[in-house]
Amino acid sequence: MYLPKWLHQFGAPKYFYDLSLCISRWAGIICIICFICGLYGGLVLAPADYQQGDSFRIMYIHVPSAWMSLFVYMVMAIAGGIGLIWRIKLAEIVARSSAPIGASFTFLALVTGSIWGKPMWGTWWVWDARLTSELILLFLYLGYIALQSAFEDRRVAARAGAILALVGIVNIPIIHYSVEWWSTLHQGPTITKLDKPSIHLSMLIPLLFMVFAFKTFYISTLLIRVRSEILEYECNTSWVKQLLGINNGIK
Amino acid sequence: MSEYINIFFIILRRDLMLAFRNKAEFVNPLMFFIIVIVLFPLAFGSDSALLKQLTSGIIWVTALLATTLSLETIFRSDFEDGSIEQFTLSRYPLTLLVSAKILAHWITFGLPLIAISLFTGFILSLPNQTIVALCITLALGTPVLSLIGAITVALTIGLRGGMLLSLLILPLTMPVLIFSMLAIQNATIGQPISAEIYFLAGILVLAMTLAPIATAAALRIRLS
Repeated sequence: MYLPKWLHQFGAPKYFYDLSLCISRWAGIICIICFICGLYGGLVLAPADYQQGDSFRIMYIHVPSAWMSLFVYMVMAIAGGIGLIWRIKLAEIVARSSAPIGASFTFLALVTGSIWGKPMWGTWWVWDARLTSELILLFLYLGYIALQSAFEDRRVAARAGAILALVGIVNIPIIHYSVEWWSTLHQGPTITKLDKPSIHLSMLIPLLFMVFAFKTFYISTLLIRVRSEILEYECNTSWVKQLLGINNGIK
Repeated sequence: MSEYINIFFIILRRDLMLAFRNKAEFVNPLMFFIIVIVLFPLAFGSDSALLKQLTSGIIWVTALLATTLSLETIFRSDFEDGSIEQFTLSRYPLTLLVSAKILAHWITFGLPLIAISLFTGFILSLPNQTIVALCITLALGTPVLSLIGAITVALTIGLRGGMLLSLLILPLTMPVLIFSMLAIQNATIGQPISAEIYFLAGILVLAMTLAPIATAAALRIRLS
């Protein structure tokens, strides 16, 4: 299939290796700034909730990580699909490197949700729709990681994983609606209603900062992983040897 | 077109014949199914009221587990003796050949499973409407299990360890379980179940259209 030339250049591991250092650093800096702003706004400036008191403040970790858990899965599946169709090595690496980060976000969302649930619902865990679908999402991530580690050949692993991720992404809406019907205790969405959010502005702005901080955190850590994966993938090429100061034949 | 239909039925007949010649391979998962169902009354005691509540759920969960076990063999012998490679080299679409194999798997596994569940339902004296709902959901659900399972089997074929297969299949099949159990619960208390049935049918149609393509792609990757 046709691809413009600049995209090929962008996808070349050596070029991307050089570029990603810069992106990763800037994303990291923005992440730290947003994180501090978001935390200060969320923990200090935002007023206590009239129903939930101060315990709602865990939302500033819980909501962004829950969003990221889905977002990273999307990135993983789309990058995997790109790798599958155009055989771009970089896309395969991105998909592969996203999985542990996404699984961590999912785990974080589950843990914070559980901690939030204890004072609000009275139990650590309820079989609520969104908790359950988040748990299934974690299983999907773990399955993907397990499949990746079962192969010796990275290219084959990446392509097999891409199919699994794509099957998963078709399945995610079905899982979502099935558990939604099955039982629901979770509060309804408060931010997706774009016309008039039912969350107060003073609580919303720190949340948006935190969302942005999580996004940039993902970009930054993803690129660090991608860079090391590129080095492993390309360890036999001359530019990597040159970069690492390894002479030919001598480690 | 008729050529394609022809080749579909040739593969189907071949697989069915292979299954009946090698009876242990398709009887064992069914035996597993029956034995696990028998385990539950032994574990929970013969309190029939409690068992009646649990039975349809037990049957469904056991069906899921038995499917994972039975699916292991769907491509194995063909993979080992090189038939799959010949399939990919043939001029017929691999998707078509794979669909025939999946259908054959469902006939040798899904159909007997539904019959056994019907029988178990009667033996354990479930109410009639529950048995009907159980059979409808199994009839719609087991093909989905075969179809989704085929993708993951194709991905893991030739790898060591059957645990990986169940790790991959079970999360993907949870919606089927949820909708089926909702339908069965509604049927038991006399509520209409058409909404869940439509959903299951929709999932089945989606799986029928996409799963063979994904399975074929997965097989090609494993062979490359």
